[in-house]
Amino acid sequence: MLRFIVRRMVQLIGVVLVLSLLLFFWLRSLPGGPINALLGDRATPEQQEQLEQLLGLDQPLYVQYLRYMGRALQGEFGSSSSVIPGTDAFDVFLSRFPATIELAFFSVTLAIITAIPLGYFAARRRGRAVDNISIVASLVGIAVPVFFLAFLLKYYFSVKLGWLPVSGRQANLGCTRVTNFFILDGLLTREFDCSVSAVKHLILPSIALASIPFAVVFRITRASVLDVLHEDYVRTAEAKGLTARVIRGRHVLRNAMLPVLTIVGLQVGALLAGAVLTETVFSFPGIGEALALSFSARDYAVLQILILMSAVVFVVVNLVVDILYAVVDPRVRTS
Amino acid sequence: MAYSSTRPVADRDRPLLSVEDLTVTFGRQGEEPFRAVDGVSFTVRPGQTVGLVGESGCGKSVTSLAIMGLLPKRGNTVGGRVDFEGTDLLSLGDAELRNRRGKDLAMVFQDPLSSLNPVVPVGLQVTEVLERHRGMSRKAAMPVAADLLSRVGIPDPNRRVKDYPHQMSGGMRQRALVAIALACAPRLLIADEPTTALDVTIQAQILALLKELVEETGTALIMITHDLGVVAGLCDEVNVLYGGRIVERGPRHPIFREPRHPYTNGLLDSIPRLDTVGERLTPIPGSVADNLPWDHACAFAPRCSQPVEICTQTTPDLVTNGDRALRCHNPVEVPR
Repeated sequence: MLRFIVRRMVQLIGVVLVLSLLLFFWLRSLPGGPINALLGDRATPEQQEQLEQLLGLDQPLYVQYLRYMGRALQGEFGSSSSVIPGTDAFDVFLSRFPATIELAFFSVTLAIITAIPLGYFAARRRGRAVDNISIVASLVGIAVPVFFLAFLLKYYFSVKLGWLPVSGRQANLGCTRVTNFFILDGLLTREFDCSVSAVKHLILPSIALASIPFAVVFRITRASVLDVLHEDYVRTAEAKGLTARVIRGRHVLRNAMLPVLTIVGLQVGALLAGAVLTETVFSFPGIGEALALSFSARDYAVLQILILMSAVVFVVVNLVVDILYAVVDPRVRTS
Repeated sequence: MAYSSTRPVADRDRPLLSVEDLTVTFGRQGEEPFRAVDGVSFTVRPGQTVGLVGESGCGKSVTSLAIMGLLPKRGNTVGGRVDFEGTDLLSLGDAELRNRRGKDLAMVFQDPLSSLNPVVPVGLQVTEVLERHRGMSRKAAMPVAADLLSRVGIPDPNRRVKDYPHQMSGGMRQRALVAIALACAPRLLIADEPTTALDVTIQAQILALLKELVEETGTALIMITHDLGVVAGLCDEVNVLYGGRIVERGPRHPIFREPRHPYTNGLLDSIPRLDTVGERLTPIPGSVADNLPWDHACAFAPRCSQPVEICTQTTPDLVTNGDRALRCHNPVEVPR
């Protein structure tokens, strides 16, 4: 098992290196650039040249890349040009990361705790009302664009009904920061109103972001449970006279969860894409919003680190899923 | 010892299980209903081994699932009576039936490769029956499970209880399934083609094991098979099914020596014999798809070797004569 983890970690380094190279050249081949973004359209060619020299952008690309990598090894990832001007890009990432973790955690949890039970019951009551309604709901979840759902939720629950905050991550309560995980901070410092405010700010973005993972996990759970219900070992379990609860948990769900686990891992990757839209709509200061901002401003340094770290998170999450898979499925463990 | 039954020996002549006029009809809305089991009656006495024999689709598996209450909840109707020690199993609710399944009556299925849960250790799959019906803790049940595994001939049972099904061979898994079925010393065991998916040498081992355990524990056995060789080695009484009805019944030796129904005769003719050189096998022509409806004919008539006119006009009745019964207008006369 340890060997397996180490091997995956080495693979991760390879992924990061290749991706950094691709990103570096790809970003710089895009029209526009930091010079335009920083100086605006009215800058004179002399001013532009001056800034290019200052930032080292007049050098050939491979020189820029090697320089970048050299600094990166020393922990310098370049200064942000516009998201938080002058700050090191990695610090920008660190300041934004906890917000997205909170959001992603809430969304995934929400999706899982609703989709798995619903998927199970829909499969058990195949073709009846519960099943049909859930299938329609999951279709809506996939078909409605995330940003549109986000706008709808915001409009009804924040603007019209005024139940929940419109935007941001927390009300301005002068909360003490410890870890930058706002809910956790509130609990640690016993400023519970801070935690409550953070949770309130998370509800609508989480629902918007959970819509697609919910739909996908629901579908997979339902299909998987339907498959497992017809398995011979479920009939054996019934023939043993086991209680419905044991059959459901040990014999049906434990087997049906295997494909669901894989899908959840992949959905976490898709979540980052959804986070760009959701965070932008709710002005939620996380990675997604920072990605959108840095992209429009061609903030190369920030953009690079955000995309690279997203890739790292994706690989790590899938490593965790693979480990969990081995825990749940003995056939993977022993082969 | 898990196997030594402390029950008083039941009255050997009073049936343990009495199936009366069992019918199972499959059919969804807008479909022609299909009668898979059509008025089947037979009895099993304590300690007796009864065979249900027939080709695929004759209703033998459906009969066993109906007795166990394991048919799908929707899409079928079950009629008749399944009397087990004075209780009609068909009238029991789900909870009462669950209390009996695995304890009083148990079942071994056809395919050992898919009949064990792949993600649960084999030991736990044995102990869960003991936990459920004997109220044992898992810790107390584990040595009993190991003992059961050793009784069915699995070597090194203390290590094997921790194994997962994929770490065992097919024969080993079927042994484990037999151990699970016999864990609570049931009075009736139904074995639904328990050897079909196994190698010939393993088949013989499993059959010998079943025979031994059944004799040792006094468990009654319903053996469901298409293989008359299995019947010859194991069963006290044989019921031959065709098209959802019993067409012939009798004790093992008389049935083999002088089958009266052309179908039974055909089944015997289609078994290869090693003691006759150059003999050609005689298959039964056609398939169950050619069946006539029982309500105004003999279903077997289109495939029969000696049909007469009445066979396609009138339903033959099951006529009992001593310990044999026959449903045929024109039985085989010549003793083999």
